[in-house]
Amino acid sequence: MELMLGLKFIAVALLIGFGAIGTAIGFGNMGGKFLEACARQPELAPSLQVKMFILAGLIDAVAMIGVGIAMVILFVL
Amino acid sequence: MAAGEEITLTNHIQHHLTNAKMCTVDGSVAFNKACSEAGFWTWHIDTLAWSIGLGLIFLFIFKKAANKASVGVPGKFQCFIEMVVEFVANNVKDTFHGKSKLIAPLALTIFVWVFLMNLMDLIPVDFLPAFAGFVGETAFGVDSHDVYMKIVPTTDINMTAALAIGVFLLMIGYSIKIKGVGGFIKELTLHPFHAANPVVQALLIPFNLLLETIALVAKPFSLALRLFGNLYAGELIFILIGAVGLMQLPLHFIWAVFHILVIVLQAFVFMMLTIVYLSMASSDNH
Repeated sequence: MELMLGLKFIAVALLIGFGAIGTAIGFGNMGGKFLEACARQPELAPSLQVKMFILAGLIDAVAMIGVGIAMVILFVL
Repeated sequence: MAAGEEITLTNHIQHHLTNAKMCTVDGSVAFNKACSEAGFWTWHIDTLAWSIGLGLIFLFIFKKAANKASVGVPGKFQCFIEMVVEFVANNVKDTFHGKSKLIAPLALTIFVWVFLMNLMDLIPVDFLPAFAGFVGETAFGVDSHDVYMKIVPTTDINMTAALAIGVFLLMIGYSIKIKGVGGFIKELTLHPFHAANPVVQALLIPFNLLLETIALVAKPFSLALRLFGNLYAGELIFILIGAVGLMQLPLHFIWAVFHILVIVLQAFVFMMLTIVYLSMASSDNH
């Protein structure tokens, strides 16, 4: 039982942690590129912003699915 | 949670994360605990009631605005509704290149409905469940711990999956309508690897079919799980914050402000991806 509980916590930590790494790298790349593009061509900024938010939602998704599953493991199972 | 059982943090969280269930056991209607063995035909009545109710609120508000719309100087209410409609219409025009009368109303419905369902997340987590427990105890004589109420429909995976399945069926419907059954099968089997030699092509078909089927089925899955995961995690953090005592007020405020972004963004992403998927399904030049 104790071992099960410990393994559960480790699984949750891995799920949230590794998901966060991927999202962080993705957001870093995308945000940096977005700012760069806005600095070069400020008139494109509004249309780029909309596209950036769509992509932000997409990048967010995988990590958030991981967090959701982790929360289910932690509190429901 | 049975009466007399100690109230722990885990119990409290589980109580918040359990849907009110309804099912039939031995020919009569049963609720919650009695439904643990009911299997597939269990209705989550709180999800159903809140989602349908919010859908009706959406219809009522927009109908009212449409009835009262004037060509003169519009009021604030009409301006707001027009802003929402124009925002959705512009997005549809930019993304969907085919001709369809269904896409824009569908996108508007998905956007506002999902937004309203997500918005329930901002109501403090204990208000409505505690009220439901109070009503259950005084009006029906049930122990208030046995009354379950989950007020955010999108934190129930059945709701998001239902939305995604609806979009999925529309995708298949549009594919078949625009390209015909043959075109749809061709799309599934002749891409992405194509060869001029018929023998090589025949060898490539199973491989293509596998790839394209996975790509097709992954769409509704990611659509449903994205919305569910975001809202579920957000709701859980609200519940956890609600358990820390008086310090919760500033924490709640910070998380709620951050969560407003997530609420709008997820509704927007769900709408946008619906349009993109349907646009892909109804475009011929693959």
